Amino acid sequence: MGNVIGIGASPKRKEDQRFLTGRGNYVSDIKRPGMTAGVFVRSPHGHAILRGIDKAAALASPGIIAVLTGEDVAADKLGSLPCGWGISDAKGVPMKEPPFPMLAQGKVRFVGDMVAFVIAETPEQADAAAELLTIDYEVLPSVVGVLEAVRPGAPQLFDDVPNNICCDWELGDKAAVETAFRKAAHVAKLSLVNNRLIGNPMEPRAAIAEYEPGTDRFTLWTTSQFPHVVRFLMGALVLNIPQHKLRVVAPDVGGGFGVKQFHYGEEAVITWAAKRVKRPIKWVASRSEGYVSDRHGRDHVTEAELALDEHGKFLAFRVNTLANMGGYLSTFGPNIPTNLYGPLLGGVYTTPAIYCNVKVVFTNTVPVDAYRGAGRPEATFVLERIVDVAASEMGIDRVEIRRRNMIPKEAYPYQTPVLVQYDSGDPMGCLDGALVAADVKGFGIRKAASASKGKFRGLGYSTYVEACGLAPSRFAGRLGARGGLYESATVRVHPTGQVTVMIGTHNHGQGHETTFAQIVSEKLGVSFENVDIVFGDTDRVQFGMGTYGSRSLVVGGAALSKATDKVIAKGKKIAAHLLEAAEVDIQFEAGNFSVAGTDRIKSFEDIAGAAYVPHNYPLEVLEPGLEEQAYYDPVNFTYPGGCHIAEVEVDPETGTVTLVNYTAVDDVGTVINPMIVEGQLHGGIVQGVGQALFENAVYDEGSGQLLSGSLMDYCMPRADHMPMMKISTHSTLCTHTPMGVKGCGEVGTIGSPAAVINAVVDALSHLGVTHVDMPATPNRIWRLLQNASLPVAAE
Amino acid sequence: MKPFAYHQPDQIPDAAKLLTSIEDSKLVAGGMTLIPTLKQRLASPVALVDLSKLGSLKGITDDGATITIGAMTPHAVVAASELVQTKIPGLAALASMIGDPAVRSRGTIGGSVANNDPAADYPAGVLGLGAIIVTSTREIAADKFFLGLFETALEPGEIITAIRFPVPLKAGYSKFKAPASRYALVGVFVAKFADGVRVAVTGAGPGVFRVPPMEVALSENFDPSAIAAIKIDNDGLTSDIHAEADYRAHLVTVMAKRAVDAALS
Repeated sequence: MGNVIGIGASPKRKEDQRFLTGRGNYVSDIKRPGMTAGVFVRSPHGHAILRGIDKAAALASPGIIAVLTGEDVAADKLGSLPCGWGISDAKGVPMKEPPFPMLAQGKVRFVGDMVAFVIAETPEQADAAAELLTIDYEVLPSVVGVLEAVRPGAPQLFDDVPNNICCDWELGDKAAVETAFRKAAHVAKLSLVNNRLIGNPMEPRAAIAEYEPGTDRFTLWTTSQFPHVVRFLMGALVLNIPQHKLRVVAPDVGGGFGVKQFHYGEEAVITWAAKRVKRPIKWVASRSEGYVSDRHGRDHVTEAELALDEHGKFLAFRVNTLANMGGYLSTFGPNIPTNLYGPLLGGVYTTPAIYCNVKVVFTNTVPVDAYRGAGRPEATFVLERIVDVAASEMGIDRVEIRRRNMIPKEAYPYQTPVLVQYDSGDPMGCLDGALVAADVKGFGIRKAASASKGKFRGLGYSTYVEACGLAPSRFAGRLGARGGLYESATVRVHPTGQVTVMIGTHNHGQGHETTFAQIVSEKLGVSFENVDIVFGDTDRVQFGMGTYGSRSLVVGGAALSKATDKVIAKGKKIAAHLLEAAEVDIQFEAGNFSVAGTDRIKSFEDIAGAAYVPHNYPLEVLEPGLEEQAYYDPVNFTYPGGCHIAEVEVDPETGTVTLVNYTAVDDVGTVINPMIVEGQLHGGIVQGVGQALFENAVYDEGSGQLLSGSLMDYCMPRADHMPMMKISTHSTLCTHTPMGVKGCGEVGTIGSPAAVINAVVDALSHLGVTHVDMPATPNRIWRLLQNASLPVAAE
Repeated sequence: MKPFAYHQPDQIPDAAKLLTSIEDSKLVAGGMTLIPTLKQRLASPVALVDLSKLGSLKGITDDGATITIGAMTPHAVVAASELVQTKIPGLAALASMIGDPAVRSRGTIGGSVANNDPAADYPAGVLGLGAIIVTSTREIAADKFFLGLFETALEPGEIITAIRFPVPLKAGYSKFKAPASRYALVGVFVAKFADGVRVAVTGAGPGVFRVPPMEVALSENFDPSAIAAIKIDNDGLTSDIHAEADYRAHLVTVMAKRAVDAALS
């Protein structure tokens, strides 16, 4: 037995050796022989008729190889970029699904919509040629906001999508909710905006495509979170390339956050073009290009109402939301504000009746899709905000109203009125832990200290639950998924006992190479350093759905666990033969197979060797080799949750909000690597804080220009914005995943925005402030204080 | 980035000659504004004239009643200079607040002043201290130098060689950072001299400007309370996605008070 580093340990991350020494292998690091450079020419207009493109000057430019446009795409009869989910309205009418051509045809619908692809010998030559294209646009008025887009007379993006409404979706028992509202002692109401976000992974998107005429095979290297899905969507649905003739490689990828979990037009264009020009092509997006082409997140406008009885018990919850889809449907677009939003509106509460209507709306903006949390932060924000509003209006303490409505630990499994059934959880336990960790008892003293400096201090709670581990395929299929959501893993034991795992999830910062190796090390008793994890290559990994929705450990880890079990099962058969015992008498423990009750033993390495040198081996009943594969499809979502408490200090003179304390107690089920889980929580919380206080994608209504189109105008959270966070876990085990894991990638982003905004509102509540929209910028807070109902003065 | 010729003269007259003889040539000092502009293909000069080999443009000298900072002196050097910290601590503080460590290591005082970005920090310090801009051909008073949005009194071919700062009795800078860029949303520099107080504001409008009512009030009583009630007019101030004009006007008063506090501390 070697150096087992198993479940619960925090070894340093294996992958950091190459990342921290500059030896990662990102798409833009890759060079192919004869490689050319491609640039995309993008619409500068939010909405315009594309009258024509004059390529003549560009085609005469030095080093030019080709200029491709939507006309070439149409001539080659290529498919539209597919949407992976088809939702329907209450009557079962499918969503409007206009085509999304990979290069614009006839019209452009957002600033950044692609109109041409220019290929030249060098990137500079491609840039120069691109500037020589003469593109004839007839500019139309743009509409960028959801409220404006559904108004009569608004600019229409598509002729056959009246009022720009893609789908008028609903969930829940509308009549039951109406009945409950009629009986309510109190109704709390809240209008809010969930601000539009831009993901900003550290590595911009990039792609290289190559066609080999000798084998008729294509290879696409792309910054993707799910290469197998790209192979399917692009090969089968867009370019008509047979799956066995297409290899998609997503090597090291520098962050995703959802931005890289879609099939992008750039991937299809560059792959198609590589065959046309018979040369490899590389494209690397600039940061500015990313701002107008990476899919954006969030962007809701919501009206919510909560009905309560006289004791503050929630009777019913009604939510009406307009959700921005941007100019076209992206891969998961319509799924995010519907299926990943409505079912979360129950939260950790026993609200018996819930109704949610979401109008999914097209606008002249970058397509909107999943961004870390994806639908669940939006749901949590609505719910946790309105709980505070109700508490305030009814004069009930904010913690007390949560306690009165929380699902008790013993009530799990708990069926909500909005489809999902929580398998396990202990929200009260998380709340109690957080109250202590955050020193809520001492808050009054801290508030007084702030007041003595002329500052307002506030405390905010978010007791939340999310659904992750996407996803049970059968359930997802009922909701409109057009694919499966299982995961696969192959465990290859080499003759010398080392292990290579091929897994369909994709590691782009989450530490999978470490976490998955710990699982194998623990289960097989092999050394941690003797396990390598392979991912991100459709030629090396059997299949997979990729990484998103906090699914890698939950679904991929489960497949890995199952495949490992199969290795052990086969090893026992081999051991039984070698040890001349019955298979039922073979035990596997700490890396050794032994006959129960005896000292007859074979090491894992002995068994691996025997499997590959089968001289003394039951060849009649058992195949040689030691390699097993498993697919795993979850039976339910997992439901991580917890309690986050934010503490802020507001400077009334400038409106600046400073986050001074942050406490999170999360239930993420079994923790494999505590250090990595803590890192995921840190990162997730900071992203949620970014949404709450800093980040905002702003478009100009009318022109459709993105005003926050660079890091100079789009404020990302930074290290100096954050206090030291107090992070801990209070775990209940998931009842249906093999290891009891629940996932932790998104919880931070889901729990935190409401905690922060609730704290800001608390700090300003003595001035009559009841709500603050995100981001709570100094400008916005100052303006709110100018309009506040009470004079501004420190208490 | 488009191709361009690149020159590194080692004499100021050579640099000036290159600049006037090559149409569409540009000076590059630290390049903190120019290089990103080139990379975005927003500027395409035929030639760059790099000042980094002009050793006489670097360094800080003590002239008694003034200190002179060479145009090619990076912000980090000014921030860390014992001389500046001792004689004009407000200016050292200002330099330490520019950009981030990488920008402070590359960016230069001459480049910043010549560029006259409406949200840059140095113009507030230069105008607030009533400094002299020394060029290859003449000396220009700060009050005559800054002409509005990216406009200065520099003639074609004229190169800033140094900035000469009078040493004040007290001076302080207070900056409200724009959340994303960390340029000044509003930055106010105040300097108290024997003959009066100067107040210069950056970030709030299309260019750096002085606030005479505050100067009068502070000359009588150099204390934050003296200007607490002085509001500046919203007219002509910048409104953008980060802050409307009225908020910027409000911040001018707040930052001016804090700059006085900093000067007194």
